[in-house]
Amino acid sequence: MPSIHLRNITTPYCLKNVNLDIKNGELIVLLGFTGAGKSTLLNVIAGLTEYRGEVFFNQKNMNNIPTEKRDVGYLFQDIYLFPHLNTYNNIAFGLRATVCPADQITNKVESILDLLHIGHLKKRYPRDLSGGEKRRVGLARSLIMEPKVLLLDEPLINLDPVTAGNIRKEIKAIHSRLNLTTLFVTHDFDEARELADRIAVLVKGELKQQGMVDDIFYQPVMEIRKFIAIN
Amino acid sequence: MKKRTILKNNFLYLLPICFFLALWELSGHIAQTPLFPPFSKVIIEFQFLLSNGILLQSLGASLARVLIGYILGSLAGLFVGILMGVHRVVEQSLSPLISILFPIPTLGWLPLLMLWIGINEALPITLIFICAFFPVAYNTVTGIKGVEEEYVKTARTLGASKWFTLRHVILPMALPNIFTGLRLEAGMVWRTVIAAEMFAIPTGIGALLTNAETLIRVDIILVCLMLLSMMCSIFERVFLWLEHKLTGAWR
Repeated sequence: MPSIHLRNITTPYCLKNVNLDIKNGELIVLLGFTGAGKSTLLNVIAGLTEYRGEVFFNQKNMNNIPTEKRDVGYLFQDIYLFPHLNTYNNIAFGLRATVCPADQITNKVESILDLLHIGHLKKRYPRDLSGGEKRRVGLARSLIMEPKVLLLDEPLINLDPVTAGNIRKEIKAIHSRLNLTTLFVTHDFDEARELADRIAVLVKGELKQQGMVDDIFYQPVMEIRKFIAIN
Repeated sequence: MKKRTILKNNFLYLLPICFFLALWELSGHIAQTPLFPPFSKVIIEFQFLLSNGILLQSLGASLARVLIGYILGSLAGLFVGILMGVHRVVEQSLSPLISILFPIPTLGWLPLLMLWIGINEALPITLIFICAFFPVAYNTVTGIKGVEEEYVKTARTLGASKWFTLRHVILPMALPNIFTGLRLEAGMVWRTVIAAEMFAIPTGIGALLTNAETLIRVDIILVCLMLLSMMCSIFERVFLWLEHKLTGAWR
């Protein structure tokens, strides 16, 4: 799995000279209020938005690599399961797009369904899935592509605490098992504390602080004190 | 319970039609004039026209024109609609032209086309082509534009090429809109072909209507109108069925 290095990332109206290093296999939580630029930073890493600066995976500059070739798994906040495909076909979508042999598709989909305990959902369409089920299917759809980097944009938002807790544990377990370099976006400090190897805090497009969970919690910079107090 | 509901719905659907036909039959017998024949006389004439082949011949001529014009117009509309939906430059170039041409009623083109094309088979086919083209193109663009950009981004992060995304994400998700265009025009093309045949072409259901009017044969006119209603309804229902078949599972 690659390490990620962001150098002077700037986007129109949002990010300002963001520099961030994420270690190989690390789970880093991007923390910040709504509008801080967390999702934009994920879009930069995925190559889904215009930016200035440089993105490196290991030592390789990714600026000219299109999204579909960056090996990035991206779970959007609203999941965006394809409504016309059932769970099985949603998960198999990426494999079909990259012309994977049919027998391999079946094997891979079945094992990811088992990994996330969603085998019983495989014939259901997104309209018939609950919020938690949609997130599991979305996660399976991203993981099946064996990405080198996993980007999770507030994947637990609007879920009840029990379901959110269960999925959080699963994400943690999957991360440990697959050792994926992962960026997890949230505005929930407790969620960040539970998941993160390290936390990076974005405030109005600027990276204000980064460090281990306890460093952020016990020695927060001024802008982040308010944030922790609210949470 | 379900069977009873279906029976009840069918009964409610058929009741007004039966009442209308009974009233028509009764009024026809009371009126006693060839200008208002009873329903039974129209059915007898329907059977007669069917048995001597006139009705099938006329229907065949109209149907062939409708199918050729509709299929060509829809395919062209789909093609242009997809191009406009996918390429912003094409959309910006063609949108003003389509905005100018789309509001012109199809039959408004008839005098111009009679002069340009002449009175031959190409005339009704061209009219039907125009009738189908604009709504299908418009609805295809609308459908494609209605697909949220995040679905396309998601497909890209999953390794899908632009072509794969178009085929497997954008077009399937635009299908409901595309079908709306196809279904609405499926009935409209029949109205257009009948009008073209009444004015300009000596064969088909429209021509049969004009001949019947000349001979003051109201029963034949009513046969033609009933047939027209049936064809419009069949075409619309075929597309409704297709739409349900292709999108019903996920909508």
